[in-house]
Amino acid sequence: MDETYRGGGALSRFFRWLGKDLKEIGLSFAEGDWKTKLSFLIMGFGQLCRGQIVRGLSMLALEGGILFYFFDFGWGYLKDIVTLGTVETYKEGRRTVYGDNSFLILLYGLLTIVIVAALIFLWRVNVKQNREAEKRLKLGKRLPTNREDLASLFDKNFDKTLLALPVTGIFIFTVLPIIFMICIAFTNYDVTHQPPAKLFSWVGLSNFKELFGIGGEGFGNTFFYVLGWTLVWAFFATFLTYFLGMAVAIMINKKGIKLKKLWRTILVMTIAVPQFVSLLYVGKMFAADGLVNGLLLKWGWIQTAIPFWQNATYARILIILINLWIGIPYTMLIVTGLLMNIPAELYESARIDGANVFQTFRKITLPYMLFVTGPFLLTQFIGNLNNFNVIFLLNQGNPKSLSLAKNAGSTDLLVTWLYKMTINDSNYKIAAVIGIMVFLVTAVISLIVYNTMPSVKDEEGFQ
Amino acid sequence: MARRRKLGNAGIYCILILMSIVWLFPFVGLVLQSFRGESGGMVQYLVPKEFSWKNYQFLFGGESNFPRWYLNTLIIAIFVAVLQTVIIICVSYALSRMRFKGRRMLMNIWLVLGMFPGFLTMICLYFLLKQMGLTMSGAVPGLILISVASSGMGYYVCKGYFDTIPKSLDEAAIIDGATRAQILVQMIIPLSKPIIIYTALVAFMAPWCDYIFASYVAFGYEKGYNVAVAMTRWVWTNDYQGYFTRFCAGGILVAIPVTILFMCLQKYYVEGVTGGAVKG
Repeated sequence: MDETYRGGGALSRFFRWLGKDLKEIGLSFAEGDWKTKLSFLIMGFGQLCRGQIVRGLSMLALEGGILFYFFDFGWGYLKDIVTLGTVETYKEGRRTVYGDNSFLILLYGLLTIVIVAALIFLWRVNVKQNREAEKRLKLGKRLPTNREDLASLFDKNFDKTLLALPVTGIFIFTVLPIIFMICIAFTNYDVTHQPPAKLFSWVGLSNFKELFGIGGEGFGNTFFYVLGWTLVWAFFATFLTYFLGMAVAIMINKKGIKLKKLWRTILVMTIAVPQFVSLLYVGKMFAADGLVNGLLLKWGWIQTAIPFWQNATYARILIILINLWIGIPYTMLIVTGLLMNIPAELYESARIDGANVFQTFRKITLPYMLFVTGPFLLTQFIGNLNNFNVIFLLNQGNPKSLSLAKNAGSTDLLVTWLYKMTINDSNYKIAAVIGIMVFLVTAVISLIVYNTMPSVKDEEGFQ
Repeated sequence: MARRRKLGNAGIYCILILMSIVWLFPFVGLVLQSFRGESGGMVQYLVPKEFSWKNYQFLFGGESNFPRWYLNTLIIAIFVAVLQTVIIICVSYALSRMRFKGRRMLMNIWLVLGMFPGFLTMICLYFLLKQMGLTMSGAVPGLILISVASSGMGYYVCKGYFDTIPKSLDEAAIIDGATRAQILVQMIIPLSKPIIIYTALVAFMAPWCDYIFASYVAFGYEKGYNVAVAMTRWVWTNDYQGYFTRFCAGGILVAIPVTILFMCLQKYYVEGVTGGAVKG
């Protein structure tokens, strides 16, 4: 992480690197022989001439493939990316004549841009290979044979073999969709602009204005309301489970407590049982006509059913409590494993000095735990910001309220709201903006926490 | 002193017993409801008035596609568990044992990508799958593809474990003439059994809960559902009254094998989450 923090110099460093690299390319051309020079145009030519058939053929095939893709397919979409299409779909008599499809134009346009970037990168690698081969030959060394090239993919270059597939997968199914959705945030893609029947186009920052605008067209009130609850929820969900889970772990771990394994196994049940089963059932248990209300009524503790899910405050408290049911066992497992790492002598000497249970907890256990589980707390917090299952399976973000815009409910998190916006309203543009907001919140919190975390600042604190 | 400790322990036992009741109560309720003979939705009493097998009979009686859904989920879970584990091992080995240009950058980019909410890309992914013909009737391979494709980003726990294996072992093996690939297959993998089991277990359990994306991809083709989608629909439909006890029965059938598997491999799970929590 530290490399990214040198901030200000990064840009100038990049330009210095770029300048050096361009000079190197120029030198390769000026000093190179005709094989190298021709390789600037036909990638892999030099390698082929020098007998490195495997390298040469793969370069040539990649160049051919990418150029074919570009001219046969990519360019047709890329050229329209500025307008996202101009020809509307229309009806000619009974026949529908399809015009441009903005969705496809944006998606394949982006893909084409990235593939062209990949071609430039490969071209650079190709030039470098030629230059190096030439240098080696000049010094009288021999070039690696084809067999050696292939073998190196399982030895020296094994990282490339291992990472090729995962990186491609992440690129197509994560990077490209994310870039695409970020672009969507700047378009008017919603229920009235759905391809292929309708076009959508670039609208600049107007979606952001709509989301933040207070009064009038905007629904900033709702946004900040949902954001506020998301943060409150993540805070309680993380820290309550953390401290209570730690307490439970310490209780079970205490000397003289029998059946340790049994207690742990009972608690861990909530991790083992798929959440959609347990949470859906628990959600129904607290319904107005559900089991909990029924039992409370029968025992005479209440006179009328408690509207657990209809009242915003009750629903919020209940969700946090039910989350304890899911979360405590998880913390308990982790803390149990870590408790054994604390040197027993520390407790021993604290006991001799007359410290009671709470003092030893505060002075020994807690600082150690906070130090060791810092990263865990951060990931838990981030995970809770995006904790879709608990909210959605329990009560789908309800109760709804008339004071909230865009179908938001009182227990909706930003992600569940985003989900509703996508599925129920097809309001993709605002969903994309909310997604970007979630990213920003996550990134800012991560940065702040990361920079203040003791285990980062003071790595040897407990060693 | 001894008396005070005994008193304290008694208090702890009380708390633990109380907690156990709270923790097990929903599961007991679920089991009892699944055998409930009377129809209707959630009822206000715990023990059914009439016990019967009819909810289970319904699931396998050919009236619903439950066996098909179950099979779908099982297939997805097995494929995802195997493929995801392989990919995570590959990525972890490359990032932990090898030093190459752009390694730091790759890790930073993946870290940043992980901060975007998953649902953001849902429509785009759906569209990509649709182009490949992997929605509706192709939902099962489609869901496998999506789960596996981006799994490389979940390398943290596994890499953290690989990092603890001494590098001197690698160096010794290289001197003996082993290639990197041989080191991975013959040395690192056998040494990392616990973490591999953890990775596979987590990957296997996830598809059983996958509701969000699965419902989107399989929408409109009932035979392509997984159990979570199909049964969540039962609870949320208007006819929830008629299906609630059936949901409970199906839930039990889903929960039992997954829970047993989890309990058997619990040791490895604890090792994985503890290691993951500490190393981030």
